[in-house]
Amino acid sequence: MTKLINFSNGKSGGAYAQDAYAPVTDDAALPDGPVLVSLARFQKDRDALLARNTPVGIRLQSSENPEQLGKDIHHFALIALEFPKFRDGRAFSWARILRTRLGFTGEIRAVGDFLYDQVNYQHRVGFDAWEVPDNFTIEMFNRALTEMTNVYQPSSDGKKTIRELRASR
Amino acid sequence: MLTANRLRDGDVLYRKGDGWVPLLADGEVYADQASADAALAAANAELANNTFVAPYLFEVREACGKIVPVKEREIIRAAGPTVHPHTGKQAGQINA
Amino acid sequence: MLNPKQVEPNMYRYDEFDARFVSERVEQFAGQVERRLSGELTEDQFKPLRLMNGLYLQLHAYMLRIAVPYGTLSSRQMRRLAHIARTYDKDFGHFTTRTNLQLNWIKLVDVPAILRELAEVEMHCIQTSGNCVRNVTADQFAGATDEEIEDPRPLAEIIRQWSSLHPEFVFLARKFKIAVGATEKDRAALQYHDMAVQIVKNAEGRIGYKVMAGGGMGRTPYIAHVMREFVEREDILAYLEAVLRVYNQDSRRDNIHKQRIKILINTIGPEEMRGRVAREFEEIKRTGTLQLPQEELDRITAYFALPRFETGLSDDMPEAGKDFADWARTNVHKHRAPGYAIATITLKTPGQVPGDATSAQMDTIADLMDEFSVGEVRVTHEQNLVLPHVRKKDLPAIFAKLKELDFASPNAGLITDIIACPGLDYCDLANARSIPIAQSIAKKFENLARQQDIGELKIKISGCINACGHHHAGHIGILGVDKKGVEFYQLQLGGSGAEDASIGDIMGPGFTEHEIAGAVERVVDVYLKTRKDGERFLDTYRRLGMAPFKDAAYEKVAA
Repeated sequence: MTKLINFSNGKSGGAYAQDAYAPVTDDAALPDGPVLVSLARFQKDRDALLARNTPVGIRLQSSENPEQLGKDIHHFALIALEFPKFRDGRAFSWARILRTRLGFTGEIRAVGDFLYDQVNYQHRVGFDAWEVPDNFTIEMFNRALTEMTNVYQPSSDGKKTIRELRASR
Repeated sequence: MLTANRLRDGDVLYRKGDGWVPLLADGEVYADQASADAALAAANAELANNTFVAPYLFEVREACGKIVPVKEREIIRAAGPTVHPHTGKQAGQINA
Repeated sequence: MLNPKQVEPNMYRYDEFDARFVSERVEQFAGQVERRLSGELTEDQFKPLRLMNGLYLQLHAYMLRIAVPYGTLSSRQMRRLAHIARTYDKDFGHFTTRTNLQLNWIKLVDVPAILRELAEVEMHCIQTSGNCVRNVTADQFAGATDEEIEDPRPLAEIIRQWSSLHPEFVFLARKFKIAVGATEKDRAALQYHDMAVQIVKNAEGRIGYKVMAGGGMGRTPYIAHVMREFVEREDILAYLEAVLRVYNQDSRRDNIHKQRIKILINTIGPEEMRGRVAREFEEIKRTGTLQLPQEELDRITAYFALPRFETGLSDDMPEAGKDFADWARTNVHKHRAPGYAIATITLKTPGQVPGDATSAQMDTIADLMDEFSVGEVRVTHEQNLVLPHVRKKDLPAIFAKLKELDFASPNAGLITDIIACPGLDYCDLANARSIPIAQSIAKKFENLARQQDIGELKIKISGCINACGHHHAGHIGILGVDKKGVEFYQLQLGGSGAEDASIGDIMGPGFTEHEIAGAVERVVDVYLKTRKDGERFLDTYRRLGMAPFKDAAYEKVAA
């Protein structure tokens, strides 16, 4: 089983959250309420999905560039980016582009195979929700985000870089 | 024969019975593929104990009454670097 | 370990931010080691994490690769490396073709303590392996040669910081190596890198950066393509990030042998790659966050200020006998300041393991650094060391001291100055040994007059197709292969890692361990018989092609 961690608790750290989205396979009927569909399903049933008055989430595989969604991006309340195996780091770039270039402000959720040791990088590039195994605690989550205090690169988190900190000493 | 490395210090190990020994000469020689595969399967099942890593089988042959690996790689692994004879198991350096 | 004579060279120094970053990274890795030992992490999960911190499991034990950023070391750092090799290893270390230092017998449980000792002298193992941006290399004569447009190390340091735990690029498809140069003459093998930056001046005399990408050795060697002839200074990080992002997004992930950037670029074509990078570059520039302000460049550059050179020194080479003159001829290079020189210490005395140094030798070199070279040394990709700023009048004293160390071979750039990877003596991936082949060839050509007659000839030996020994770039390259458990050695001729970069041509079937040195000798003899005035081996090969060399190489074997 998995759990969902996000920042719904305010800014003080992570918290377990209810997953409001029902994952829907490509040929299943759409249930009521928010749904999470694949890119293929979205492309097939775009108009019907958008006509429903409920939030739609899309789950992208690591080979699927979110830029191809074009203006549709703003119809989504959730974009789940998949890590098919933790060594596949493409989603780090997709999240970065979603936040910095495409201006996506909805939820970006990490799903699939990733490690504790990647959560901070994910957070930095723009992820704000994580589908984690049951034994992944909030304490672990918060520790992952605080192991490294400062950063050298600007990223989607808007964190001040070491260069900026030096300049403001 | 079956070899692996100890997790905590990386030392080369050889399988003997249900355990490991540091020297190839003390390791167990499996007479056939089936018993070698069984030993590897047993070792793989023990990986979860986190005392050793990367077990694999390699071939040996008998030469002048001694067991020697078929491949140069395993000969060097068992002894130490040929270019530094004062290091490795050839020099009696075995971690406790 | 405090040394009263210790000199602090002009090089990058950690401020409180760098220090905190490295020490937090050390504790993070210590936590990862603990989680591995406790079983919370499986070996499959731990492996990429330990590799990102330079820790391999090799043939005999764990190997730790310590970063020497752009090859620059202080005497304090050199003494610490000696101390670590003595305390935690078997009293010696190995300088590599990426200008790092490798320790071959490290215990996993000792790694956190070693990392803490390194952090105290502003060193680390961050990203010396793994599928991320690796240790940045640079010209070993940086800041000392009068050929350069400017010192490439400030930019290399800026790249080091930008690439350290870059959140987007630590799980790339494969490793990513960057080098920086600032001269027409290429001592850093720029065109064999995943990405290289050459500092250039444009038509208006403005300094900027030429960026190349897609070079590499290994299974499918390629020379890099120029991505952009001139990138403005303030845009360089934005441009590098654009290249990395295109690579991270578009590289294959389904076949480990086809995941380097060189494969991507040569599959889609350099023109298409330039287009994708240009588009990405414009987008990144639009956000503006990666612009490199001149003040930052100036601030970093200030760390690398030239030492105060004495004036009024004689610029003549001192007279100190024939041995010294021989050494000075090959191992001493022109310095930017009159009366000064750059001295190369080849770790290649015939019979020695190329690139190895004992703790005692490292300590003595640290003393030499303090006494004669403002506390500084450089590690070269040819596995040598360089004293960058020495007074010419001190050269005889330096030479005498190097003789005591057995590091005074007058062979820099000659046939016995051989690059060799650790090979099957240490490496888990190797198919054949490299070091004994280097030793036997060096011994065969030990006679100095003969070496001098042959002139510049670069032999590079790799123990497997991964090419850590740069065999593709050797004037004579040697590749070790495994044929049914027995070592064989293939010859390649005509490679170069310099500004005239080329990939060596494969001669044919391999030679045995006992035949290879003889085959090299016959190849060299063809050169000596057929060369025209002033031709190096490489030039003669390029003029004549493979045939005469191949005929000679196989002659004895066939007979």
